Amino acid sequence: MSADTATRVEDKLYLNRYLVDAGRAHIKVRPHTKPSPQLLSLLNVCPAHCYELNSAGQVEIATDGCVECGTCRIIAEASGDIEWNYPRGGYGVLFKFG
Amino acid sequence: MIEERFDAIVVGAGMAGNAAALTLARRGLKVLQLERGEYSGSKNVQGAILYSDMLEKLVPDFREDAPLERHLVEQRFWMMDDNSHTGLHYRSDEFNEERPNRYTIIRAQFDKWFSKKVQEAGAVVLCETTVLELLQDAYGKVIGVRTDRKNGQVGADVVVLAEGVSGLLGTRAGLRKTPDKSNVALAVKEMHFLPQETLEARFNLRGDEGAVIEAVGTISEGMTGMGFIYTNKESISLGIGCLVADFEKTGQTPYGLLEKFKQHPSVAALIAGSEVKEYAAHLIPEGGFKAIPQLYGDGWVVVGDAAQLNNAVHREGSNLAMTSGRLAAEAIFQIKSRRDPMTKENLALYKKMLDESFVMKDLKKYRDMPDLLHIQAQNFFLTYPQLVSKAMTNFLRVDGTPKREKEKTTFRSFLAARSLTGLVGDAFRLARAWR
Repeated sequence: MSADTATRVEDKLYLNRYLVDAGRAHIKVRPHTKPSPQLLSLLNVCPAHCYELNSAGQVEIATDGCVECGTCRIIAEASGDIEWNYPRGGYGVLFKFG
Repeated sequence: MIEERFDAIVVGAGMAGNAAALTLARRGLKVLQLERGEYSGSKNVQGAILYSDMLEKLVPDFREDAPLERHLVEQRFWMMDDNSHTGLHYRSDEFNEERPNRYTIIRAQFDKWFSKKVQEAGAVVLCETTVLELLQDAYGKVIGVRTDRKNGQVGADVVVLAEGVSGLLGTRAGLRKTPDKSNVALAVKEMHFLPQETLEARFNLRGDEGAVIEAVGTISEGMTGMGFIYTNKESISLGIGCLVADFEKTGQTPYGLLEKFKQHPSVAALIAGSEVKEYAAHLIPEGGFKAIPQLYGDGWVVVGDAAQLNNAVHREGSNLAMTSGRLAAEAIFQIKSRRDPMTKENLALYKKMLDESFVMKDLKKYRDMPDLLHIQAQNFFLTYPQLVSKAMTNFLRVDGTPKREKEKTTFRSFLAARSLTGLVGDAFRLARAWR
């Protein structure tokens, strides 16, 4: 993905309201050395661009901008690549319109 | 947190959960509804179109105070290629009736209203509470839930799972599987605000009239998908959705598709100068009849999107959700009135009532549609829209070519792209899946 597109997603997320549960990510990526194809696909599929490659080539997640759609769960929970939960009650995205 | 026991716990406050909680409370049952958002509606995402008939069965006079945006008088279907669209356009003044059939709504606002009705009926609604797991006895019977509140266990005779398309409780307890990636679509949506007069002029609307555009074609890059544009009072809900399996396979980004859709010349003029105020994403069940899981068991029922009750062909979901929630509640009430236990055997009544309703009848009618559209995505979403566009431009452009030759060119382009067997086969398969 181009840097240009990534910037635009962040602009979109900036419009939303969130109550971030600091230090309690509701989705966790299983530690790995080489990412599975499922994990790699999340770099593009996640509509909030929460997944990114780090300098070591591993997939990392930052859940602050998550819109709680569940797409990554559909793709990568069964393989054990990610652990998926809802945020604690009251936290996460707070839609004004929905 | 709550020492007392309830007759029923409803998990979730979307269309299905609110319909269930409202019906149960009105029937005099002691109901607890749990919602993880800060208020009912704050986690819910939809296009959104509301169907009056199913809501009238729950709140007959809803038009008096429900936050409705516009009643729909016009529907446009677009088949798009990169520069054009071929449209089917239906508008009727008969939709300007006293009790209109379809409205656009904004879910966060509508659901807040719906939740107020639930509370007025006597249900206890507890927000900012995430349910972590179902409590089951040694025999697997569901006997309550555990929430993320302090001492967060609550017991009930029956749990209504209205937990939405990504519901975790039922799948964690092994009551149903997580939806397959080829049976769910990911849709992304933006809210575009415009001055009311501008919006009404662009869509040719007067007063509270509203219009809907639904579009397929090259906008989905060969994936099974659809774009949509819904008019609200002073905003436009605009989005696009495609199958999760297709996104995974193609590596397309959802926001990339959304941007491309917005930049299409047929769309750009409609939203020019708008202020975007929110970006949302949501999964939509698309598997139809064949993807419906087990709907009831000892101490539980599942309703709405969590049960995959969505008619992808007609793009109806919230009405199926409301109806399933209401019928589940009616079944529970009947069992309760007979003083019978909430066993699997007794709760089968819910499935029986659902089978006799439009919900299952409609889903059964289209049971072969998902297979056809999901497997033949290239033809229906890429090849045909391009061919139709070529045919239209060939028909309309006046350039001195004799008409007979133009017709031949059009016919040959269809043959080249799909072959005669392919064309006849597609028509036959589509007709069979539709009937």
